[in-house]
Amino acid sequence: MTLSADHVTWSAGGADILKDVSLAVEAGEFLGIIGPNGSGKTSLMSLLAGIRRPKSGAVFLDGTPIGELGRRAVAQRLAFVEQQAETGERITARQAVELGRTPYLGPLSPWTAQDDGIVDAALKNVDMVLLADRFWHTLSGGERQRLHIARALAQEPGILLLDEPTNHLDIGHQISLLDLVQRQDPTVVAALHDLNHAAMFCDRIAVMQGGRLVAIGPPREVLTEGLIRDVFGVDVDIEQDSGGICHIRFRTRRSQGRTNRAPTAPLSAMGA
Amino acid sequence: MSRVLTSFGRSGAAFAALVILLIALWLGAAIGETAIPFSIVAQTVANRLWNAGYPLEPIDEGIIWSYRLSRAVVAAACGAALALSGAVLQSLLRNPLADPYILGISAGASTGAVSVAILGFGAGMLTMPLGAFLGAIIAFVLVSVLAVKAGRGTAAIILAGVAGSQLFNALTSFIVTKAATAEQARGIMFWLLGNLSGVRWPDAWLAVPAALIGLALCLWHARALDAFTFGSESAASLGISVRRTHLALVGVSAMMTAAMVSIVGSIGFVGLVIPHAARMLVGVRHGILLPAAALIGAVFMIVADILSRTLIPGQVLPIGVITALVGAPAFAFILGQRRARA
Repeated sequence: MTLSADHVTWSAGGADILKDVSLAVEAGEFLGIIGPNGSGKTSLMSLLAGIRRPKSGAVFLDGTPIGELGRRAVAQRLAFVEQQAETGERITARQAVELGRTPYLGPLSPWTAQDDGIVDAALKNVDMVLLADRFWHTLSGGERQRLHIARALAQEPGILLLDEPTNHLDIGHQISLLDLVQRQDPTVVAALHDLNHAAMFCDRIAVMQGGRLVAIGPPREVLTEGLIRDVFGVDVDIEQDSGGICHIRFRTRRSQGRTNRAPTAPLSAMGA
Repeated sequence: MSRVLTSFGRSGAAFAALVILLIALWLGAAIGETAIPFSIVAQTVANRLWNAGYPLEPIDEGIIWSYRLSRAVVAAACGAALALSGAVLQSLLRNPLADPYILGISAGASTGAVSVAILGFGAGMLTMPLGAFLGAIIAFVLVSVLAVKAGRGTAAIILAGVAGSQLFNALTSFIVTKAATAEQARGIMFWLLGNLSGVRWPDAWLAVPAALIGLALCLWHARALDAFTFGSESAASLGISVRRTHLALVGVSAMMTAAMVSIVGSIGFVGLVIPHAARMLVGVRHGILLPAAALIGAVFMIVADILSRTLIPGQVLPIGVITALVGAPAFAFILGQRRARA
């Protein structure tokens, strides 16, 4: 299953949000999309998911422009977890995951034991079996996000698109969620805030700046001190550990100004 | 728990619903200023439907068949249709306060119906229900545009609905005052408050099919409505064509509301309160929620109609008064609950 964007442009309210972005997602990879606020990550995600149509250019799913495929056909191949999808309904955890079967069910086709099996597997996959009968509003942010991912997995997609899946989670939940995502079979494209997380979990990283794609490649090639200074406006030190994973240490303004202090009091990159 | 419902369980539930509905209709026919024994009601129905030939007082038979039963059937259809419209609008707009009355759809339908009835709008091409449908659609479009301009939130839609209702009610009053004769005006003002007094069998031939077709179309979209639980973007990513679903379901709601308004006037709060009651009883899955809301709405309206006929001896209250007396406190309760959750 392949997904690619070919020279896509998108604008809202007269402002160009995405300018001529092209990228191809490779089968089986975990592609991270990083960039400052307003750089077009979310817009790019919704174009890739086929929820918005590009102003020019096209998104191709398995070689066909995604706009020409029916919504249902797209939903059977590609699952999208948007940022912070919430509900006020008294829906149970399990029912939220069951929604993932929607693309396979018509108005007259009954819910089957096979659907139940797929939902069970998805709940198990995200370790939410024990909480399956709890109501949505009683669950924590991390649990809700796991359920969104389980719902996406119940769609049995070839590609999983996640828009900032770790937003508003504490650090423990952030790591365990990304670990969970990395373990999944489908190809994953995720917009991420935290550069260290991107470096730890992604096979490749795409960097967005001002609506353009400015770099794409493996973390240790893309995440350079120069690029991070240009794109995010912060000074960093980058170290590589023995496993080839790079670690980014942010230099505070204060430590840059006062040379008599210990040179770096590293702040872990908490997304801000 | 939404395990596979066995076909036995499903038909059992449908059978139970039918029995409950028939009992409510039976009560509606038996209770009134002169109480008529249940056995006579049954015999009347048997006489009329199967020519059973029971010897009955013509007056009793007339009251039951021509007056009370037709009225109870229309009340049931009306309650079901309004409850369905409310349930669908609440899920589609993700707004627990949405219903055809509050969103101004009923008011628009009234204006449309009055335009046709009094102004002769459409020069004989339009019937009152069609006029009501056009009015309902225009009102919904106007309120939607207003809500989008006001910032889309829960409050924005409700405020836009209030503005829309006021506008269309004012238009209706204007038309009635300007063009209607005194007698017409009195009749219409009573009708506007929601009234089942003039209802006879021909009205049932519009009300019942409208409710049944509405129920079928809503059930057809039950899974799509489920998919709106987390919003329209989420529905889109689950394979729902959001725009088509919106159009279809708003159209169905407007159709049902318009049909009912053209028969019994605009009745408030049924569409608001009944879906919440149904959710509490059967949960949020639309496959069960929609039929449950329709059944509860039907029974509620029959009971409200009985109360409106019997509460003040010798007087008939407009049914809208009863539904508002029950509905307004419930509306306040829902508002309060939302606040507690937020």
